[in-house]
Amino acid sequence: MKKQIANWGNYPRIESDEQTFSFTEELQTYVKKKEPFIARGYGRCYGDASLAPNTISTLRYNKVLSFDTEKGIFECQSGLTLDKILTIIVPKGWFLPVTPGTKFITIGGAVASDVHGKNHHVDGSFSAHVIDMDVIGTDGTLYTCSPTQHSDLFWATCGGMGLTGVISRIKFDLKKIETSYIKQKQLKAKNLEDILRLFEENSHYTYSVAWIDCLKKGKGFGRSILILGEHAKKEEIPAKYQGNPLKLPPQKQILFPFNLPSFVLNKLTVKAFNFLYYGKNLKREINNVVSYEPFFYPLDAIQLWNRGYGKKGFIQYQFVLPLESKAGLIEILHRISDKGIGSFLAVLKVFGRQDDLISFPREGYTLALDIPVRNGLFPFLDELDALVLKYGGRLYLSKDARMKPEILENSYPHLSAFKEIISKYNPQSAFSSLQSERLHITSGKSLI
Amino acid sequence: MNPSVLILGASSDIGMALAEKFAQNGYPLVLAARNSQRLAPLQSDLEIKYGTGCAILEFDITHTDTHQATWDSLREKPGITICVAGYMKDNEQVIKDTAETLKTIATNFTGPVAMLNIIAADYAKNGKGIIAGISSVAGLRGRQSNYIYGSAKAGLTAYLSGLRNRMYPHQVHVLTVLPGFMDTKMTAHLKLPKLLTAQPAAVADAIYRGIQKKKNIIYIKWFWKWIMFIIRHIPESIFKKKKL
Repeated sequence: MKKQIANWGNYPRIESDEQTFSFTEELQTYVKKKEPFIARGYGRCYGDASLAPNTISTLRYNKVLSFDTEKGIFECQSGLTLDKILTIIVPKGWFLPVTPGTKFITIGGAVASDVHGKNHHVDGSFSAHVIDMDVIGTDGTLYTCSPTQHSDLFWATCGGMGLTGVISRIKFDLKKIETSYIKQKQLKAKNLEDILRLFEENSHYTYSVAWIDCLKKGKGFGRSILILGEHAKKEEIPAKYQGNPLKLPPQKQILFPFNLPSFVLNKLTVKAFNFLYYGKNLKREINNVVSYEPFFYPLDAIQLWNRGYGKKGFIQYQFVLPLESKAGLIEILHRISDKGIGSFLAVLKVFGRQDDLISFPREGYTLALDIPVRNGLFPFLDELDALVLKYGGRLYLSKDARMKPEILENSYPHLSAFKEIISKYNPQSAFSSLQSERLHITSGKSLI
Repeated sequence: MNPSVLILGASSDIGMALAEKFAQNGYPLVLAARNSQRLAPLQSDLEIKYGTGCAILEFDITHTDTHQATWDSLREKPGITICVAGYMKDNEQVIKDTAETLKTIATNFTGPVAMLNIIAADYAKNGKGIIAGISSVAGLRGRQSNYIYGSAKAGLTAYLSGLRNRMYPHQVHVLTVLPGFMDTKMTAHLKLPKLLTAQPAAVADAIYRGIQKKKNIIYIKWFWKWIMFIIRHIPESIFKKKKL
């Protein structure tokens, strides 16, 4: 059915002929179609990665295939969302090995984006926990791949943005938990030096992430709140929770009712928000026990919060810089605060080691911030891209909607190896998205 | 303990949504469909999520000669039967092709009648049971754009009404479900107005409630009752000139 689709950033928005399927053989038939297409899950990547004039939605292909409650191994079809998986595994004492900041993504999307979470420095990205998976190739062939079987396909599929084929089945490891609660610690950092030092001092924590005020200048430049967490052990949770330590959090959601007019978000309102957000933590250190929901998914409580950025949409700009490029982080943050753009929630995190074929994470600092689309934004982001490149960093494809192909070319060291595997498994560019065309990864000529 | 539920045509979008709904509420299931091995993922899904038993059964509603044997093969007879089997292709193609016409009638009408006769007889003998048949608002008046499918569903609606009447003294309840537009594979080629179109999960919820409350006839989405009220009452002299 033809419909208007956009990803979470609401930019760009296009018309797409979206088909659905419930059974593997329906998918195997669909992939043989003549026009290029891309698989699409929940559409929670931000940019144009899962957009194309032809898309196949995996959302009805969402069955649980096996769940070993002893060993903590879960196997399902690619359209199942993390949100559903949590309701199945948490009551049995298991958790996702890696989760991004929203649970409304499909497991296929988690692999195609090779998502990372607050525990990247300890547990790596999602692909580190995949045991094996099935990928449907252009002629309908089902390839089972893993780090040892069709390993080229495996590594090109993890973080490969759906360009190797349609991921159909995924089997992955879970993380053992005693309770569904998180022992949380929040630390205030006065400035950038302070937050980077705190990250280092607290690297033994499983989960760590910082909210950073991108607009603050002068002495408080880079002021932040560092949020740390561990899965709480049974004896660490309050007595009132002891009876049901693996209780699922209540599913309460409020809806962001309409697109906020774009003038609402300006330097003043964001500054005011940041002032309040930073100021709400009165003490330098707060310790408490919270459910996993507000810890991992604070924004999921507001359905369609992306409407806050207005009808024109927004860009989530996320880059990573190597640890030795602290000067680069400072320079980029200065450029952002001088420009006076910045979002309610800018997020800073230190990644651990990773050197995969095409996955985004690598050891270093990653910063993500939401910026509403407006005149002059893209040239400014091009300037930031040049800085990211200069300091040896790169951008996250799942957030990207506007990077130039040469930036990708010069920032992902294994890009040519990735392209070679694409040309082996996807020679006619049958799997192709607006993003892969824009970045010259594929060449599906019939795309707009 | 809940009776088990037999779903005829379980690999349709509505069939799978019904399976989910009943499993969630603790009903064991028997899922009957052509290519039943396609239902293995659904089977594991429901067993893992809800811990309910779920059997799958190879079954073709149009192969009426196999119906008695299929029913006899069930050691424990399901106390609730829901017939979801349906088939709809573009009417223009169907009317030019006798095989397609007969397939439309067999899947929507004669097949369900043959199977439900067998099940109803058993239920009557035991003095209990619930049968739900998914018909369609398309059966309430023949329209040029969809009258082969519509007439088959009209037959099914009349059959269910008669069956309800006959089964009443035997404490067997019969529910007629009249959906309007639904967002399923069967309608994927049609451009349906979003407001009038029901999602499979909402259809399953409505059928589940209808069975719990022992309703006789339910429409999926309340306004269809009134839309069809108007369509049915347009005088034939005017109706025949309309492009509907």
